[in-house]
Amino acid sequence: MWGALRQKSGLTTLVSSLKHGQVLERFAPMASTPLRQLSTAAKEMTVRDALNSAIDEEMSADPKVFLMGEEVGEYQGAYKISKGLLQKFGPDRVLDTPITEAGFTGIGVGAAFYGLRPIVEFMTFNFAMQAIDQIINSAAKTYYMSAGQISVPIVFRGPNGAAAGVGAQHSQCYAAWYGSCPGLKVLTPYSAEDSRGLMKAAIRDPDPVIFLENELLYGESFPVSAECLDPSFCLPIGKAKIEREGKDVTITAFSKMVGYALQAAQELEKEGISAEVINLRSIRPLDRATINASVRKTSRLVTVEEGFPQHGIGAEICTSVVEESFEYLDAPVERITGADIPMPYAANLERLAVPQVEDIIRASKRACYRAVPMSAVA
Amino acid sequence: MTTMSTARIPPASSPCIARKPKASSNTGKLPRVYVKPGWLRKDLMGSNLRFSEFRSAKLPCSPLTVSAIASASELVKERIETKSELLVTREEGLELYEDMILGRSFEDMCAQMYYRGKMFGFVHLYNGQEAVSTGFIKMLKAHDSVCSTYRDHVHALSKGVPARAVMSELFGKTTGCCRGQGGSMHMFSKEHGVLGGFAFIGEGIPVALGAAFSSKYKQEVLKDEKANAVTVAFFGDGTCNNGQFFESLNMAALWKLPIIFVVENNLWAIGMSHIRATSVPDIWEKGPAFGMPGVHVDGMDVLKVREVAKEAVARARRGDGPTLVECETYRFRGHSLADPDELRNPAEKAHYAARDPIVSLKKYLIENNLANESDLKSIEKKIDEIIEEAVEFADASPLPQRGQLLENVFADPKGFGIGPDGRYRCEDPGFTAGTAQV
Repeated sequence: MWGALRQKSGLTTLVSSLKHGQVLERFAPMASTPLRQLSTAAKEMTVRDALNSAIDEEMSADPKVFLMGEEVGEYQGAYKISKGLLQKFGPDRVLDTPITEAGFTGIGVGAAFYGLRPIVEFMTFNFAMQAIDQIINSAAKTYYMSAGQISVPIVFRGPNGAAAGVGAQHSQCYAAWYGSCPGLKVLTPYSAEDSRGLMKAAIRDPDPVIFLENELLYGESFPVSAECLDPSFCLPIGKAKIEREGKDVTITAFSKMVGYALQAAQELEKEGISAEVINLRSIRPLDRATINASVRKTSRLVTVEEGFPQHGIGAEICTSVVEESFEYLDAPVERITGADIPMPYAANLERLAVPQVEDIIRASKRACYRAVPMSAVA
Repeated sequence: MTTMSTARIPPASSPCIARKPKASSNTGKLPRVYVKPGWLRKDLMGSNLRFSEFRSAKLPCSPLTVSAIASASELVKERIETKSELLVTREEGLELYEDMILGRSFEDMCAQMYYRGKMFGFVHLYNGQEAVSTGFIKMLKAHDSVCSTYRDHVHALSKGVPARAVMSELFGKTTGCCRGQGGSMHMFSKEHGVLGGFAFIGEGIPVALGAAFSSKYKQEVLKDEKANAVTVAFFGDGTCNNGQFFESLNMAALWKLPIIFVVENNLWAIGMSHIRATSVPDIWEKGPAFGMPGVHVDGMDVLKVREVAKEAVARARRGDGPTLVECETYRFRGHSLADPDELRNPAEKAHYAARDPIVSLKKYLIENNLANESDLKSIEKKIDEIIEEAVEFADASPLPQRGQLLENVFADPKGFGIGPDGRYRCEDPGFTAGTAQV
């Protein structure tokens, strides 16, 4: 399955290199067919617009939905995701909060107890650490502690993971932290279609949802089908998407790493390795069925994530595959993760600290028992 | 500064222990009570402790006007005249008495059951603080909400959760108000508007604020006229040094939310004295700093608490915003049943034991001919029966089934832990009892 790919490096502005392709969700063309443009792949949309339109439509449809966070109103959103919403819905529904994460997260949770549907924006999920008590103890656990009396239909959203040169305190990926907590649903969209569909599903969901976006993806454009633009469009929570079908090695990724994995798959194709790329979309619940089915087909696994290696998403996927599809594995499972260090600032060090396309290519070749150099090239 | 490890109790001979002005009438009726901010606290803490400047070293008994409280003067006025007007009717008085007796008997029974092994884990008892719970919660309507801390049994009872449901929950039985999944510290009841039950101090305050926010949102955005619920957030003195407390005060005043912050200042956070932990121990003073009235009230007197509650709730319901009420109270037992309670001065305990709210109310009712001994005795008997029945019910109730373990994690569990055949992924296909509401 081909998505539109973007090249990006460091702090340079986005450069588009559009690849044509079908945008049907479920089926993929044969991997090696020449590029074809079908009538469904007409419009393009950035992730930013996708999120904005999804929130806009859900707020129009249900008056109980409201948005709250720092700079979401008059500033039009720290990353302009909530642009125009204040003008459209007014200050009662788009609330600029003081810089009090624990306080306003708790307010959102309490409002959700009473049937309102807040969307709480964190400027980045790093700041959500100040509110993590409310997220875990008040939001995630309440439905269980109250034995089903009080549900918490809240969405926590914001950018997650590394951006460009923002340093250690602004670059952590929280997918593994939230993914280990029962009571939360954790979503990681990649494309515009993912963003729209999963955001709508998250807002309509009666449980707390952690919606991990990526700052560097906000400006990227992806083709969207007419179905995707429909206001009732929704993607199921807990289902991964096979972005590209293949038969030699399974590469799982989420968020920005999906783009890298697709690029790596393209490169591997030239060397005769057909890679299947799975866009996880949902960290919790993890779509183990799809991952295992894919590994049973290809017999090799490479997981890619941007976060820290220990106890990461890759660790969970590898274990799941070893537990369920051990006999099908032809090679040891491979994990590509961020480096086990706080994120450095220098541009070249930062590049070394997050996975690059070459790392994915090397790991896939290792899984296929091709000879590769072990160390990265600085 | 000398040691600040214990609050100093004024000697018994000091006339300032009295919390009412000298009774000028000698009709046998108690003078009209009034709320006096601050001077009680001063007496309690002794003279070698730092104080706000305006609280000068005058005669301890002279009434002091506090400039900060003057800003909230529409909330509580100093009642200097002792009109012999009763504060409660007979029905109200008996209702208050019954509620406090229920709280006290329930907590005493909890202690018994804990030592017999029927209850386990953390249990925090409310003995001595009943006046605060009863005084506030009995002023609320059914659709108002209450948010509490781990010391939440009596808040749940006052709000209307049946004693048998609370007792079962404490025993960990499936008939508990949270089916045994919450426990002592996590009492939730959607029906009665009890929002828990939070173990982390300060955690419940923003959640209570959210409930108040939802009330305002429903009125203003969803145009629901009937959504005028107010929220009362109960928390302790230790919480008042926590960031979430201040964040919540700020936002409550900023957005004028219908909430009442009730500080149950029992002077001790486990073994940490409030004076040792706080730079400015007058918690009520922190209200005006955020733009809301701050009131100090004697939390051992249910009638005084009720007077303050009446005004604070009316204020919130009118849309005038939040109020911070500091109730000076005391817990007769330790922080929890595991706390040996060695740090508190026995003289301090005795001082407050003498001000037992139940005894005070009883005295008031009898002296003002609102009730006689036999009325009160029959209430006590009735409560005893209720508690006994609650224990029997809890004892007889079944433990939760195995299948309940995985239930109620999500309101919409599809996709989570569900295999391709649509059933929970588990070796035992009959694992879930299917009793969860999905």
